[in-house]
Amino acid sequence: MPVEPPITSPRTLADAYAQLAEGPVTPIAGGTDLMVSLTGELGEPPERMLDLWHLDELRGIALDGDSLVLGALTTYTDLRRSSLCREHVPALVEAAATIGAAQIQNRGTIGGNAVNASPAGDTLPVLLALDATLVCGSVRGERDVPATAFWPGYRRTALAPDELLVRIRFPLVAGRASRFRKVGTRRAQSISKVVMALAYCAGTDGGLWTDVRLALGSVAPTPIRASATEAVLEGRPPIPAIAELAAETLAAELHPIDDVRSTAEYRRVVSARVLHRLIREAGGW
Amino acid sequence: MTAYRFAVNGAPVEVDVPGMRRLLDVLREDLALNGTKEGCGEGECGACTVLLDGSPVDSCLVPVCQVDGSAVLTVEGLAVAPTRPGQADGLDELQAAFLVTGGAQCGICTPGMLMAGRAYLDGGGGPDHDAIREAIAGNLCRCTGYTKIVEAIALAAVTNDGDAVR
Repeated sequence: MPVEPPITSPRTLADAYAQLAEGPVTPIAGGTDLMVSLTGELGEPPERMLDLWHLDELRGIALDGDSLVLGALTTYTDLRRSSLCREHVPALVEAAATIGAAQIQNRGTIGGNAVNASPAGDTLPVLLALDATLVCGSVRGERDVPATAFWPGYRRTALAPDELLVRIRFPLVAGRASRFRKVGTRRAQSISKVVMALAYCAGTDGGLWTDVRLALGSVAPTPIRASATEAVLEGRPPIPAIAELAAETLAAELHPIDDVRSTAEYRRVVSARVLHRLIREAGGW
Repeated sequence: MTAYRFAVNGAPVEVDVPGMRRLLDVLREDLALNGTKEGCGEGECGACTVLLDGSPVDSCLVPVCQVDGSAVLTVEGLAVAPTRPGQADGLDELQAAFLVTGGAQCGICTPGMLMAGRAYLDGGGGPDHDAIREAIAGNLCRCTGYTKIVEAIALAAVTNDGDAVR
């Protein structure tokens, strides 16, 4: 039987912060990762838990100035149904559609995906590629953490023990395009072997790419940016020679591992091919 | 412990259980509704699918504290007393369609398939096989090869005349 640690269900964010400040407590949002770990066979269960599901302050999708802001409890289904998300962060909508299937998408949240900090988390490369900011809150107030600093190590986040991830902010960048691709064993209910997000601004002058961001999951202990490959693409057009060079650079830049889902070699080769294909699709050749 | 109140198949229930108890266990152990099956217990197979406020969820992944104030529909809530001539044994049209096409074999996936299919039909889904396959992508079946299940949902989508009651 699964273990059943004591849990409280605060109705306000202030109450949740207060409980977090009092001592060790494990927050739970949609439960799609945490519930699986509470079998009683996978190490010590949490002593106390904190149910976030009723905190409507952590819901909502809205434009705020030059940003799109998603509450941490935004589910993958919410994302897929949101016209704001489809317009401004299509790669994130694409990522959400590849996660689990309807049952998981109805419960799993973008905040949970970020805080679970799996290197295979499917939305995390999108957060990196779109320069997202993760807003962390506690009794001490709020602070912004850029996505590039949110996953400092394997399954670790920048959150302090008394902090919650409350919302994620995406800057709205004029002319930015984004692409997403996930490689798994099957279309639904699979965990990534490789997951990739690419963002760039395509100039009107011959289609040179600027502000290129390339981020990957499942190829390192954390989701990563591929900065050497970004440098190859920066200021260049999406033409065959550049695609070849970028793919070669990426294959040399990645150091994935063999594990239960795939091999290092497969991940390196497939990452390069997927990038080549994304550039080809963007270039229309 | 805290008392949690919600509705199951239209009837109010109150359970005084640990808040982290899985909705699946509350249904099967505390409320004696054994129609909902446990397959994998980790959100992979969809056998334990129920509708929570109309949306399909894996009941093995939902702690009951998060169900407080909501409405749950299980497979037991699909069949009703016959309301019109020709309606077989009061089965929901989707259940009847499973019988027609042979959509059930061993039966473990069937309650989850029915609930995922019901949500699809309630959302206005039609007989398009690709759309049906996406709707049941979170439900694994090791017997049928899915074809007859997809045919059942498509058949129900055609016969779904909008006044099915439960």
